Amino acid sequence: MQKKLILNQDLLKITISRLCYQLIESHNDFSNSVILGLQPRGKYVADRIKEQLESLVKRKIDVGYLDTTFHRDDFRRRDTPKKANETTIPFLIEDKNVVLVDDVLYTGRSVRAALDAMISFGRPKSVELLVLVDRKYTRDLPIQPNYIGKSVNTMQSQRVMVEWKQHGGKRDSIWLFNNLDT
Amino acid sequence: MTQLSVPHLLGTKDLTKDDFNLIFETADNFKEIINRPIKKVPSLRDITIANIFFENSTRTRISFELAEKRLSADTINFSSSQSSVKKGETLLDTVNNILAMKVDMIVMRHASPGAPHFLSRYIDAKIINAGDGTHEHPTQALLDAYSIRMKHKSFRGLRVAIIGDILHSRVAISNIFALNKLGAEVMVCGPNTLLPKYISSLGVQVELDVFKALQWCDVANVLRIQLERQQIKYFPSLREYSLYYGINKSMLDKLDKEITIMHPGPINRGVELNSDVADSEHSIILDQVENGVAIRMAVLYLLAGTKGEA
Repeated sequence: MQKKLILNQDLLKITISRLCYQLIESHNDFSNSVILGLQPRGKYVADRIKEQLESLVKRKIDVGYLDTTFHRDDFRRRDTPKKANETTIPFLIEDKNVVLVDDVLYTGRSVRAALDAMISFGRPKSVELLVLVDRKYTRDLPIQPNYIGKSVNTMQSQRVMVEWKQHGGKRDSIWLFNNLDT
Repeated sequence: MTQLSVPHLLGTKDLTKDDFNLIFETADNFKEIINRPIKKVPSLRDITIANIFFENSTRTRISFELAEKRLSADTINFSSSQSSVKKGETLLDTVNNILAMKVDMIVMRHASPGAPHFLSRYIDAKIINAGDGTHEHPTQALLDAYSIRMKHKSFRGLRVAIIGDILHSRVAISNIFALNKLGAEVMVCGPNTLLPKYISSLGVQVELDVFKALQWCDVANVLRIQLERQQIKYFPSLREYSLYYGINKSMLDKLDKEITIMHPGPINRGVELNSDVADSEHSIILDQVENGVAIRMAVLYLLAGTKGEA
């Protein structure tokens, strides 16, 4: 398996800072906005963004984690059921501006499931999507992110992996893997 | 592991420890869902489930039906009292006729032990045993174990006493298999006539004195006296049973520790449990009912999500 570095630790830090400033541009001090990280891996991005945003806007920001397993459209179409993760949304999303956060945007199916899952918790005023990596030209559904960390051209056989030092990676970094088996 | 090791849920005897843990972890997610304002997820929207009850049931049937509806499955209900079973149709014919209408899963309760096992050999649909005679009632044992896990966190070294009519109880058998696999110690307690002869071969301790059983255990799972299954008298009178085996508050007060009281319902108040125990803070009987829906959602979800034979 060959791998190529897309973003190293320093660039990833800069990218996250830029995303935070872009968020502040449209959400001001986040008084009517909340962040929902998509389980399992969007959670890490959401945590990182919360940390930076809180130091920038000097107030607590509501972050929840949304699991989409039971809303996926590939249930019974894959060999085994996917394992669910915890959903924790300790606030109301009714009439709030929601920013959905995920690490990699690929077919858009997870985001579709997330929109569906989110509606169970109320009717948000608006919903936006932030992704760390946008894999271009790979969408199955008409879904586009509002905030993009890095756009990359990839092939179907490739895989994008975001590693976090706090969660088992060597350092914070984003990698593109060439799967030679396929 | 994200898949059960069995294609059907016929009994807790067939489940592995990994299966139990997978079901419990999935039930955790569903428990969160049934406490949301919108309690429904679309996972099973393309599945039709037939609830076939050849025996009376309130709790189990409502619990299954709710679980199915919360997962967005289509459901049909069938009870033998209003059906062609009365006209002499065989079990296999009845079920095959239902399956011909494109049903994907069957939840069945039947008075004959082994009825779901028999069906599983002849039909393609996934089967969940909702009680077969005096044999097994796996979802009840799963929800009992899940309720114990919520209260006590770990099964290692935990002492569970199953008290009452063990002879006629499918809940007892399924509980014994489940708790043994999970690492708990199990004791059965009841009058000699209501204890099966070879019960100790299942790896449980046997005790005839209910107070000693209460002193030994951390959790007491009290069972109902199943008068409807008793063709002969196993004890002189309900009054006498209640006197020797009924559990009341003063007995619990005499213990030097707090124990958890469980009951699979329906309770015969004043017979096996006094109201001052059933409604006390030690009782987790209503938690068991809530957990029942989450456990059944987990079982339905995990079985439905597996393609073909496991």
